[in-house]
This record gives sequence, C-alpha cells and structure tokens, in this order.
Amino acid sequence: MRSRSPLLVAVALAVYAFLYLPLAIVVVYSFNDSRLNAEWVGFTLDWYRKLFADDDMLAAARNSLVIGLVASLVATVLGTMAGIALHRYRLRLLPLLVFAPIAIPEILMGVSLLIFFVLLNFTLGLVSVAIAHIAFCIGFVAIVVRARMAGMDEALVEAARDCGATPWQAFRHVTLPLIMPGVIAGALMAFTLSIDDFVITFFTAGAGTVTLPLQIYSMIKIAVTPEVNAVSTLLMLLTLLLIVVASRLSPSLLRSQEEAPT
Amino acid sequence: MAADARRHEAARARWLVSGPPLLYLLVFFAAPTLIMVLASFRSPGEFGGLAPLRDDTGALDLNVDAYVRFFTETVYAQVFVKSLVFALVTTLVCLALAYPLAALIARSPKKSRDILLLLVILPFWSNFLIRIYAWMILLGPNAALARAVNGVLGWFGAGPVPLLFSSFAVLVCLVYVHLPFMVLPLYANLEKHDPALLDAAQDLGASAWQRFWRITFPLSLPGVYAGAALVFIPALGIFAIPDLLGGPDDTLIGNLIKQQFLETRDWPFGSVLSIVLTVSALALVGLAAWLGRGATRGAERVGA
Repeated sequence: MRSRSPLLVAVALAVYAFLYLPLAIVVVYSFNDSRLNAEWVGFTLDWYRKLFADDDMLAAARNSLVIGLVASLVATVLGTMAGIALHRYRLRLLPLLVFAPIAIPEILMGVSLLIFFVLLNFTLGLVSVAIAHIAFCIGFVAIVVRARMAGMDEALVEAARDCGATPWQAFRHVTLPLIMPGVIAGALMAFTLSIDDFVITFFTAGAGTVTLPLQIYSMIKIAVTPEVNAVSTLLMLLTLLLIVVASRLSPSLLRSQEEAPT
Repeated sequence: MAADARRHEAARARWLVSGPPLLYLLVFFAAPTLIMVLASFRSPGEFGGLAPLRDDTGALDLNVDAYVRFFTETVYAQVFVKSLVFALVTTLVCLALAYPLAALIARSPKKSRDILLLLVILPFWSNFLIRIYAWMILLGPNAALARAVNGVLGWFGAGPVPLLFSSFAVLVCLVYVHLPFMVLPLYANLEKHDPALLDAAQDLGASAWQRFWRITFPLSLPGVYAGAALVFIPALGIFAIPDLLGGPDDTLIGNLIKQQFLETRDWPFGSVLSIVLTVSALALVGLAAWLGRGATRGAERVGA
C-alpha cells in the first residue's frame, strides 16, 4: 500500500460529499412538512400520499414500467447475441453499430429517430420510445455479455460439440448457463437505462405520452415541489436496488479491469 | 464432407447470432442517422419539418442553405463557442476533482477499492433529472447556500446575486453530472502504476511534487484523455441543464437543437446543428486520443 496523505484524504472526502450531499437533501426534504425545500420543519409522509394520489404521475410510472420491461427484454436478447458475436467473430460493421450509439451525443440519436418516425408516419408514443430505448441499450448489454464471454472457456463448447450436441444444444446447455450472470446484469442495466432515460425519450415520445423522467421534467420546469422529492427518492431506491443486484451478478460492472496479478 | 458441413454450419451460426442485432441497429440507428444527414441538405417545410424532396418543377431540392446559415450568422458561432467553453471547463474541473479521488482509491487496500468505486458510481445511476433537481434546491434563493453567499456579499455592500438560473449553476451541475465518467478511467489507469517507480524516484531525491509531475501524471495521461472524452462529448450536447438551471444567456447548442425540432420546427437547420455537434465532439476527442497515443509512448519511455 502506498502513502495516503491527509490532504489527499480530505480532498477525496470533500468530493464524496459533493457527490452525495445534493441527493441526500432531495431525500431528506421528501419527508419535510413544508412546501419550500428550504429548511427542516417537521416529519411528514404527505408528499408520498400526494404522489400516490397523482393520476398523471401514476400513468407516467406505468408507461415507464411498460417501456422499461419491453425495451430491456428485447435489448437483452439482441444485446446478448451481439455480445457473443463480438467475442467470437471478427466483424466490421457490428462493433461500429453497437458502440456508436454509446459514443455519440444522445441528442443526435433522439432527433434522428424523431425525423425517422415522423417521415415514416409512425405515430410517436410508447412503441416509438421502446424502439429507441432498445437501440441504445443493445450496446450496454453487449459490453457486459462480451466481458463474460471473455472469461469463459470456449473449449467447453468444443467438447459439447464433439460429444454430438447441435450448435443450439451447445448454446442452450453450455454457453448460456455460463454467461447467464452477465445476461441478467445486462438486462438490469438496460431496464435502469430505459427507466432513467430523458433525452431520447423527450424527442421520441410525442405529445401524448409521458414517462416518469418527462413528468419530472415538466414539474420542475414550472416549480420546485416536494412531491418531486418523493418520486425521486422512490426512483433512487429502485435504481439502487437494481444496480446492487446487477453488480453482484457481474462484478466486472464495477471493476474497470480484471484483478491485476500481484 | 463432415468438415465441410461443419464449416457451413459455422457460417450459418455466425449469421444467426450477429444478424438480428445488426439488422435492428441498421434500421433504427444507421438509417435514421443517414436520413438526418440527408435532411440537413433539404429545405425546411412551409409548416415545419421538410419541404418535398422534389420542387414544383420536379427538380431535386437539395442545398447547403442550412450549413451556410450556421457558418455565416455569428449568433450561432457564439452559442457554439459558449458550448465548447462550458464543456471544456466542465472537463477540466472534473479532472481536478476526480484526480485526487481516483488516486486515493487506487492507493486504498484492495478490499475497500470496490466499495469506494461503487460509491462514485452510485450517484451516476440516480436519474439525471433528479441530479439537476437537487441543484435547483441547493442553489435556490431560499437555500442555506444562497443565503450564506449573499450574507457574505452583504457585508461587503454587494447586492444579492441569484445562484440559480446562472452560468455558475449550469457549470456546477455539468461537473456534478459528469464527474463519475472521469473518475473511472483515471482509477483504472492509476491502479496499474508500479509503486516501485515512485520509491525509486524518492530514493533518488525527487520531491513529492516532482514525483507527481514527472512520473504519476505522464503515466496517467491515457486515463486522463479517456476520462476527458467521456465527459466532454455528453457535456457538449447537453440541453436539460441550461434549460432548467441556466439564465436567458445560457443557451447552448443542445438548446438550439431542441428549439429547432420542437419549437421552430426547422428540421434541416436542426440537423445541421446536430451534425456539427457530433462531428466536432468526435473530432476533438479523436484529436485527444491521437495526442494521448503520443503521450503514452512518451510515458512508456519514462516508465522503461
């Protein structure tokens, strides 16, 4: 272990505070018995009660859930295929198409899909949003699955094939079980990305469809209200849960590299 | 024969596995992007959107009017430069904050590294709008921060300044939202450094300052460039943060794009803005990567 000067520790602690203080304030004020997010008055659950009586918010939550489930399901299937393909074959076009949506500014994808859907007379709504979410989630699933494939012994598949398994059987009974943690982690990640997405949804949802982030956006555009704190707190809890589960299943989500030999 | 059949099967498997994601991304990513590039050369429609591809005489209506407009009207250049400056400042401040944090995590015992890293990533996974909203509260006129700042300013006889709806608010939030992108690649790089190099330098009489600038920093440049790319690209295209936290002067290129598509409905010009944004972001990052390769080679020489 190398030296950790007190100054370094102090700066790092300050940065952690910078990361967490704002979110902590959102959570604390969601229980505050005051319309103003200014000072602590007293404990209340009123904002949560108001939240669960807010039909617009509930409809938005329902939309987000439906889009998230559909998008993560399809993106997981396609992303897993892409991840396997990227690991096994030397391809030119696929890597470009898988990683480009991650590398370019989000807004570009949002507006190009808007033009695309409108020119095709495709009604903007739940379906167009789900299609857009699938497109940007595939890459994230593919990355996680490819990492898992890299840690897998391909000789096992060869052995299964030599014992007479068809390619499908070898995939179903050897490859898939081995990469399953990566697949599930990818699915959870895709679900989280979909639930959280604002920019691409903003352009592809059209006027009539509202998701949770869009609802939050229109609320905070007008005024700050503790109801937003309440929905934010619940959303953070959900994301936290999903990410903790995902990172348990696929530690590579957290480590930016394999354990270095010591 | 058997080998032939197996090769045939392998080729089929290859298509079965890579075909569906390829097809999906061709239709829903590549095609829309190409259509947008084409749209940037078309004329705006009378009621928004695009004018017909062929005009009354049946000739193809393709032109570079929208590009000319972007490059000749100074107001757009101003917005673009402002966006570049904001993204650059964000990248530099993120670097200054992320470096000590990444260094500390890399120097921590192995067991605690994962948890320290998780603590950096977690806020990033909370909703983007929630993180903006948090700053609306923190910088709001009733919040303790604004009252404290204005209290201090009051002693000096300076009038109260609003913290919210200002360039300051936009920059703080830009840094806040993008910070984890800088910490991760920096950490991945710093973690690989061989402590023996620093010990050797110390034995040879190098001060802490010299050890950092002559060894640690040059070796970490690939991580610095990777983090800079991850922060700079999204920061350049952002529109929600200036929308919610900025003042009237804080229009960035992302806001212009949003305006063109949702308010003015001038698609060709909106497409031009999106293309300029993407091309310049990727070009700058490509440049940084190229510089980074040179730096890496240099660093390897130092390390060798």
